[in-house]
Amino acid sequence: MIETITSFFLQLADDYPRWNFIFFYDSFQWWRLVGGLKMTILLSIACVLLSVVIGIVGAWLQGSPRRWVRLLVQGYIQFFRNTPPFVQLLFFYFALGQITPTITGPDGWTEVPLISNVGWAIISLSFFAGSFNVEIFRAGIEAVPESTREAADSLGFSRFQSYVELVMPLAFRVSLPALNNNLVNLIKTTTQAIGIAVPELLYECVGIWNDYPSALYPTMTVLFFVFIILVGILVAGMHKWEKSMQIPGYGAS
Amino acid sequence: MKNKSIALTTLIALTFGFVGTAIAECTNDVWNKVMSRGKVVIGVKADYKPWGFRDSDGSLVGMEIDMAMDVGATLGVEVELVPVQSSNRMQFLEQGKTDMFIATMSDRDDRRKIVGIPQPNYYTSGTNIMSPKALAFKEWEELRGRSVCGKQGAFYNKIVTERYGVNIVAFTGNAEAKQALRDKKCVAWVYDDSSIGSDLASGDYDEFEMPLMSEDDNPWGLAVPLAENDCIFGRFMSGMVFNWHQSGQLIEWEKKWGIKPTAFLANYHENYKDWLSN
Repeated sequence: MIETITSFFLQLADDYPRWNFIFFYDSFQWWRLVGGLKMTILLSIACVLLSVVIGIVGAWLQGSPRRWVRLLVQGYIQFFRNTPPFVQLLFFYFALGQITPTITGPDGWTEVPLISNVGWAIISLSFFAGSFNVEIFRAGIEAVPESTREAADSLGFSRFQSYVELVMPLAFRVSLPALNNNLVNLIKTTTQAIGIAVPELLYECVGIWNDYPSALYPTMTVLFFVFIILVGILVAGMHKWEKSMQIPGYGAS
Repeated sequence: MKNKSIALTTLIALTFGFVGTAIAECTNDVWNKVMSRGKVVIGVKADYKPWGFRDSDGSLVGMEIDMAMDVGATLGVEVELVPVQSSNRMQFLEQGKTDMFIATMSDRDDRRKIVGIPQPNYYTSGTNIMSPKALAFKEWEELRGRSVCGKQGAFYNKIVTERYGVNIVAFTGNAEAKQALRDKKCVAWVYDDSSIGSDLASGDYDEFEMPLMSEDDNPWGLAVPLAENDCIFGRFMSGMVFNWHQSGQLIEWEKKWGIKPTAFLANYHENYKDWLSN
């Protein structure tokens, strides 16, 4: 089976010099591609989870009775929403990377940062998407009827209790479509981690087509399809989730 | 019906991109375009001192920019410089975004399948590393398993990975890669020996050195569209390079830009010497 596939692509590369699907017959390039895919999936999962957590916590803090907390959240949103994610990545990795603690390597010269480039990519992309998520959840929270919240208050719920047990479960359902959009965007934005040399899918693909110019079109094609599939999986999952959480008579059915 | 099938064939041919190579006779499209619009668009580097870089007022200067300007002057057309990177220079040329490029490209067999590289070559460089004096590397082997900063698009990334098991951390630009080296995120920066030499000579890298023997000496070539390599454009550029070698212009530029004199240029100058001149 594998033999047929490799010989097919070898033949294809022979017949059409611009369509050299090298990674389908050269195992080194194949593992490079797989490695990149794994990193992209890792970045996606980590950033999606972290950014949703940031969104939920941020939206909670946004409703804080303390003015300085609200201002802090607002400042965070403005900073991260109004600057390009690529610039944030470079800033985090090169500027903040200088002042974060490092461990001196065994050779006495190299300094291994506590936060690697992958770490910085996860942090910066999560904060970027998180700032949008805060606003998305705020919109959801505002959609929860005032009377519902008052009812919770009158039953003696604390602010935290009513947020966790009442407001958020309802707000979450309203927020899901917008959240879905933002997370799709986030997955696509992980490719920008190439700027700080995170070996994700785009990084490996650029490497492959630089080493083998004849593999340019095939690699771009594969890249394209992988992202369609990755984003497709996320969207399908989110839709399923949306459906399973639907409350009859609440929100769009 | 017939039209339809022609359209379909064209579409398939375009998709597989072999139109340019399949047609043997010269159409000279790009050449004619350059002549009729009175302007040649040349891709050059903007981050590769001293071949192509920005000076303090932001304009592109360097040895390859001088070459590009000379091409324009010889053609009698205006020159538009487009900054390109190693990872997109060939694509820009293929798409027609540039008419040609002079962008520190090593002349490689697989690259000749994508772009036309007229002979002779105009420069050469090998692969070496810039590393801190503190680490005192002596052999390439010492880099096995270590993180070495590199630049995306350099052909030797693959070679040193395969030969010495080096872990290349490739950045999109030279500036980022060198910053990462200064930040001690890698033990060395693998690049062209000529470029490292001029960096070291600039005095900004006093605690660094170029300690190894250069490897894989590889001549550089400028590029024209593949379909026009054996046509007017390619032949014209061959003539340009030949003349630069014969007249000693390349050696002069080398001197002007403070590049260490290479035996490569001296040999070409000697071999192409006009036998009637003294």
